[in-house]
Amino acid sequence: METIRLVYPVEGGDLIEAGEASSKMKLTLKKLGLPQDVIRRASICMYEGEINMVIHADGGQAEVEVEPEQIVIRMADTGPGIPDVEQAMQEGYSTAGSTARELGFGAGMGLPNMKRYSDEMIIDTEVGKGTTVTIKIKIPQ
Amino acid sequence: MLLSDIKEILKATVLCGEDHLDWEVDSACGSDFMSDVLAYVKNQALLLTGLVNPQVVRTADMVEINCIVFVRGKVPGQDILDLAAERDIVVMTCPKRMYEACGLLYYNGLRGNCDGND
Repeated sequence: METIRLVYPVEGGDLIEAGEASSKMKLTLKKLGLPQDVIRRASICMYEGEINMVIHADGGQAEVEVEPEQIVIRMADTGPGIPDVEQAMQEGYSTAGSTARELGFGAGMGLPNMKRYSDEMIIDTEVGKGTTVTIKIKIPQ
Repeated sequence: MLLSDIKEILKATVLCGEDHLDWEVDSACGSDFMSDVLAYVKNQALLLTGLVNPQVVRTADMVEINCIVFVRGKVPGQDILDLAAERDIVVMTCPKRMYEACGLLYYNGLRGNCDGND
């Protein structure tokens, strides 16, 4: 199988509509016939990332590369950046506002969840410039 | 447990997916925090929640939950029901509160199946 590259813009501002990109990716992964567990983990990571981008960065872009042996999801935004990544990785730590909480998020589980379900997670962030979170999920051969 | 049994036990009303009441679920979880659902739910099939917004449906979709029960008689808007119907997710509403709804299902044999507590 050749590498398949998918690009999903993530609209900022509207948290109620967030999750469309993840839904589309999930459908595409299903069509590609990937294992259910891989699809589930990739979908959860992408969804949490998408929610984060809408809450914190007014949107961004998600690039998904489906390689023969792994899925790479790269979520990039030009938001405020993360001043303390270690703190952001702690379960329960959140800077999200009340709107996110009203929708069932903002409990400080986004990044920890993404780490839990991925095989590798890399956070590249600079305060004032933005954040790129790269997630890798292995496809069992 | 069949969705039709769940409907009966909770005295629930089906709002969407009436044709799928013969679907079976073997575990459930109750939460208003969608990130907790995403964090701990594994191969669940039923979600009980008091939270009413489209993200409940999207969260259910991501973790392959195929039935959502809104507790305390909450009725979601048509936009939420349409989103669920598109994803083949059954939606019910029941008059009971979360604690009682979860307790009744547990008492009748439907267990949780979450990572970390089994």
